[in-house]
Amino acid sequence: MTLNRSNLCWLALALITAGYLIFWALLLGATATYSTPESWLKVLGSTEIRHATWLSLVTCCLAAGLALLLAVPVGYLMARREFRGKSWLDAALDIPIILPPLVVGLCLLIFFQTRIGQVIEGGFDVRVPGIVVPESWRPEPPFKRTGEDEFKPGSKEMAMNDEARKHTLHIPGFPFTYQLSGVVLAQFVVAAAFAIRTMRGTFDHLSARPEEVALTLGCTRFQALWHVALPAARRGMVAAFCIAWARSLGEFGPILVFAGATRMKTEVLPTTVWLELSVGNLEAAVAVSLFMVALAVLVLVVVRATGEKV
Amino acid sequence: MIQLDHISWKAGGRVILAEVTIAIPANTYAVLMGSTGCGKTTLLEILCGLRKPTSGRVRLDGVDVTDLEPRERGIGYVPQDLALFPGLRVREQIAFAPKLRGLPPAEIEARVKRLAEQFGIVPLLDRLPDRLSGGEKQRVALARALAAQPKLLLLDEPLSALDEGMRAEAVSLLQKVQQEHGLTVLHVTHSSNEAAALGHLQLRMSGGRLEALQD
Repeated sequence: MTLNRSNLCWLALALITAGYLIFWALLLGATATYSTPESWLKVLGSTEIRHATWLSLVTCCLAAGLALLLAVPVGYLMARREFRGKSWLDAALDIPIILPPLVVGLCLLIFFQTRIGQVIEGGFDVRVPGIVVPESWRPEPPFKRTGEDEFKPGSKEMAMNDEARKHTLHIPGFPFTYQLSGVVLAQFVVAAAFAIRTMRGTFDHLSARPEEVALTLGCTRFQALWHVALPAARRGMVAAFCIAWARSLGEFGPILVFAGATRMKTEVLPTTVWLELSVGNLEAAVAVSLFMVALAVLVLVVVRATGEKV
Repeated sequence: MIQLDHISWKAGGRVILAEVTIAIPANTYAVLMGSTGCGKTTLLEILCGLRKPTSGRVRLDGVDVTDLEPRERGIGYVPQDLALFPGLRVREQIAFAPKLRGLPPAEIEARVKRLAEQFGIVPLLDRLPDRLSGGEKQRVALARALAAQPKLLLLDEPLSALDEGMRAEAVSLLQKVQQEHGLTVLHVTHSSNEAAALGHLQLRMSGGRLEALQD
């Protein structure tokens, strides 16, 4: 083969690509050879890391599942419907992708300090005059409205307050801040944006014609989505789930800020790497990192097998 | 009977259909011709309710259906790409509409069998769409549309993907289907031979307007 200008151009491009891949191979190779397989197994077998692995797998599955539940309707809407302000909505859906991860965590933390956030976490009270509410369903004593001073025990106000408590039902909230549910929420808010992108791309590539024919055959729009679009989009759904899962697995900033890094409670694999690094245990951090690389490669293989592109 | 009453359609400031007015009698095989992009498919989509006209009314058997959903119009539609449902076997494609209507399984099975025999696709009933030839797909799409027992059938260039030999066979099949099911058919084509062979009524669309060539 003679090296004419065209070939020279392709050769240069191939060298750039090869250079990039070699750089990555060197990075992973250096990490992999830092310690021995025996030390990886020892680290991965420890109680804390096994717990963090288990939590990572469970929270990633939950976050990816929730992300997919959101991504299917949003992706379908964005792919199939033209409406005013669509380009703005499209840009808004990408916000979690472009926001610095720590900012996402901070936004979550601040949101749950607002009135709405506190109601979500702490629940709310409903007055039910004429009905005596069982003790376990009443608000916690002392019962007082926000902004009022505490009642003195044995006072007239306290007696009146106890009477009011009898007729008040407490609807419990769902705590997120510094909880395991907070880990799932932090993973979900970022992973959902990636799942939505994938589902939108999937529906964009599927012809709308079969759904239109289904409408003429007697389907409502929802039935056309359920019976025609979703079965056709199943590979895209697998890809969206995997991408959301992989994204959740690598999530660190929002989790650290919003859910904390408490060992055996909110510690997931990226948190483990950070915790081990912070105490100078580089071998453990390397072992967990390599385990995460292996999981990420596995997900990439599954996504490629579905025919979708990440 | 199909009545289009001053139907207009504008897209991006361009007039695609301009005050289209036509009446097609019941049990007629009407053929619509016209150059690419002249609005033939748009007209079919307005008829079956997939698009709302910018102005004008659509009447079927004297009933104004302009504001009805596609599923409420009783119209069968076979688009140019046939749009078979991916992942559904031929049997499921034909059973799709009867199942939606909640017919008993025995009746659905009988209807699928009858249509499969009529269209010669009994050996294909358990195949997926990607294992069918162009001619087989066309037969399945027709059977699927007829399983809903429509009064009116809209065909958008259904024979365009077929070779000459298969086309002649398909023309006689369409004639037979129209007569046996007592259908009013509106068939879009570019082929004047196809129009001459099939059409009781030949229509031409040009410049957004529709005219009858012969009756």
